[in-house]
Amino acid sequence: MIPQTLQNNPSLDRWVSFPTAGRVRIAVGKTEYGQGMLTGLAQIAAEELDVAFERLDVVNLETGASPDEGLTVGSMSTEMSGASIRAACAEARALFAQAAAKRLGCEADELDIDDGAFTRAGARTGLDYWALAGEVDLDRAPSEEVKAKSPDRHKLVGTSEPRIDLPPKLFGAAFLQDLVLPGMLHARVLRQPGPAAKLTGLDEAAVRRAAGSEIDIVRDGQFVAFMSQSEPAAVAAIASAEGLAQWEGARELSPALSETESLKTLPSEAYPSGAPAPADSNRRRLSASYGRPYIAHGSMGPSCGVAEMKDGKLTVWTHAQGVYPLRMMLARVCKLSPDAIHVLHRQGAGTYGHNGSDDAAIDAAVIAVRRPGKPIRVQWRREDEFGHEPLGTAMRIDLAAELDASGRLVDYTAEIWSGSHTGGRGRCLAEVALGLEAPPPMTPPTGPGGMRFSGGVLNAIPSYDIQDRRFTEHAVSAPVRTSSLRGLGGPVNTYAGECFIDELAELAGQDPLAFRLGMISDPRAVAVLTRLADMAGWDRRGPAGSGKGLGLSYCRYRGRGAYVAAAAAVSVETEVKLDHLWCVTDCGQVINPDGATNQLEGGMIMAASWALKEQARLDGRGVVTTSWADYPILRFDEIPPVEVELIMQQHEPSAGTGEVSGGPALAAIGNAVAHALGARIRELPYTRERIAHALLA
Amino acid sequence: MLREITLTVNGRPRSFTADDATTLLDALRNHLDLKGARYGCGAEQCGACSVIIDGDDKPSCAVEVGTLEGRAITTVEGMGTPENPHPLQQAFLDKQAGQCGYCLSGILVGAKALLDANPSPTRAEVAAALSWHLCRCGAHNRIMDAVLLAAERIREGVAA
Repeated sequence: MIPQTLQNNPSLDRWVSFPTAGRVRIAVGKTEYGQGMLTGLAQIAAEELDVAFERLDVVNLETGASPDEGLTVGSMSTEMSGASIRAACAEARALFAQAAAKRLGCEADELDIDDGAFTRAGARTGLDYWALAGEVDLDRAPSEEVKAKSPDRHKLVGTSEPRIDLPPKLFGAAFLQDLVLPGMLHARVLRQPGPAAKLTGLDEAAVRRAAGSEIDIVRDGQFVAFMSQSEPAAVAAIASAEGLAQWEGARELSPALSETESLKTLPSEAYPSGAPAPADSNRRRLSASYGRPYIAHGSMGPSCGVAEMKDGKLTVWTHAQGVYPLRMMLARVCKLSPDAIHVLHRQGAGTYGHNGSDDAAIDAAVIAVRRPGKPIRVQWRREDEFGHEPLGTAMRIDLAAELDASGRLVDYTAEIWSGSHTGGRGRCLAEVALGLEAPPPMTPPTGPGGMRFSGGVLNAIPSYDIQDRRFTEHAVSAPVRTSSLRGLGGPVNTYAGECFIDELAELAGQDPLAFRLGMISDPRAVAVLTRLADMAGWDRRGPAGSGKGLGLSYCRYRGRGAYVAAAAAVSVETEVKLDHLWCVTDCGQVINPDGATNQLEGGMIMAASWALKEQARLDGRGVVTTSWADYPILRFDEIPPVEVELIMQQHEPSAGTGEVSGGPALAAIGNAVAHALGARIRELPYTRERIAHALLA
Repeated sequence: MLREITLTVNGRPRSFTADDATTLLDALRNHLDLKGARYGCGAEQCGACSVIIDGDDKPSCAVEVGTLEGRAITTVEGMGTPENPHPLQQAFLDKQAGQCGYCLSGILVGAKALLDANPSPTRAEVAAALSWHLCRCGAHNRIMDAVLLAAERIREGVAA
């Protein structure tokens, strides 16, 4: 079958071409933000074409030049884009081999390729891709008859090629934030304190005086922006305007909305699925409630967007997660035809989901269409990023389960209260401020079998053989904008479910590892868990309540992705100290082992930071944790050693790694802390107060 | 008041017209076209804008240029080039120490300031020196490995 995104962009030359001697142009529709995606996809392309990796020029993602692969989300780049670039390159290779064979008067299967040059019986034929480029038309759809190389013949796939995006980042300018265009104006945008807020007064003369240099002001509805050739003047203008602006109808949020219990009090819709409720029985039953609060993406670089309107055409530079979806939003908000909009991706800081990057690009475009002829650079401030990006939603998860007489887990119920993990997509702050009609609500996409897709229920049921299982999602209308954050609801459900599995093991009187292995039939799952137990020294695990804890967890991401087992060692006195983290992952065919390892390590550290430190707080007009002082994350002197091991399965399909280690890491830390304390904390993060409370209880 | 200000950046005098109260970060990025120091928070809390001032790893986002004349400022651009990288930059490449990379210029100069003062730091000393620098991608262990590798190479280079 032709991979989905190749079907959508069927012309082979959109993916691969040979425009200059000795060089190969590769284009994909995914964005690099430090996850090493471009390097992995380039390795797949070079492998299939049999050219040296260094010959590849990977095109910067932009509308028109790049295939449309939607958004870069869900740890799907290697799986989706990798399948498409592999198929496109295999097809191209076959077409060139046919052309070479025709010239040489032989069969195509007599030919081999060595760094782009055709050989026959080991001897050079004098032909290569570039010599034949004039004869082979790649502006054609895939034939579907070409098979990709067998993994047995892979030389480049499965090796740790250094990342192609990393070197520029070590020597100076590398990011969209560093882009300078002639005549560019620096802009800052005044944000509404809530979607219903109306600006009733702003002393523009006072703002101009405060700016110190000449500024321009765009004001349209509740959208207000300040522009200047001088960046400090724009900064001074926004600071002054924030103090002077008078709003009516500003949002008033209770601080209680920061806590996960509040989710049950908000309007919601229930979506039940699974087995009918269990009949009354005398089985042993356990229930528990877990929570994770609102989380900030916490990108190191506040969002930035640059836009220029010239001769009726809008050009936008962005670090958003996709250029084609952003173009559709820009068309709607700026009232332009998509054909009149060109969107170019430039790298930004890691976003780990949907942060302010779309908004900053749209802010810049909204200004640019009102001030044609001048490039506009919108730089969000740290407080804008923390205060106005869509948050990762809080979740509250009530779990119940039953053990049969033998102690086997036979019935499992998850009831999940969650704000939206994807609904923030397609909505931007500027659209609300301009008073434009909101787009129709996104219908939840359906997955295989017509199932409603919701990020809130990913990994709702732990990855074991459990006879009866059911879950209900309560889709909550959150009081602030929420959208995708690394793994959506998956890591939170895995945290709750895998901690609960430890509680059930205790109820069953079994060791947590043995209890899990007793419910697993998939040998790949057994392999990651048993290897993990070896690495972490599970057989030397001490007694509970000693202040030292060792915990583990397992999950198959989304029920069909990577197999991940994690363990954590902690010491707990008044705070949790992380002593060690381990992870064993089977993500099928590994393209770049070091790249996959880097992602798994990073996912665990981020999850550790969520577990111990992070909570975005709401109060009054919105989010009040608007600086790194209010929103601490894990620091260098708190980072434990992290050991990651991959079980390479080069004949299995690839599964992504970016999102998969977070849930297992959260749960392993949760179980380790419970083991250290001899008491369980279920609500994240594990603050001093919660530890003290657990010890006193 | 606007005046001609001269700073010593990466070993060379660099002049521009600005107010004394201009932040060093603004001067570097908008007057001197040195984009290595990055805006991260504007509040001296994240380290993305860090530079070396007279040997110390310092945030540039709040310090005013009027106070810096005559002082030696080093940015990541002054450490090395892709053709001739500083041992720290080479070690970061060798260890693939980073993901998105936004924090790396600040961390690189922070690590340089550390190694200049203490050529043989322990891992705990590296962690302590870098602890005010934030990294969101979770590349901390690779970064600390790279700093220790660079320290070793620098010591060997000096000995050789």
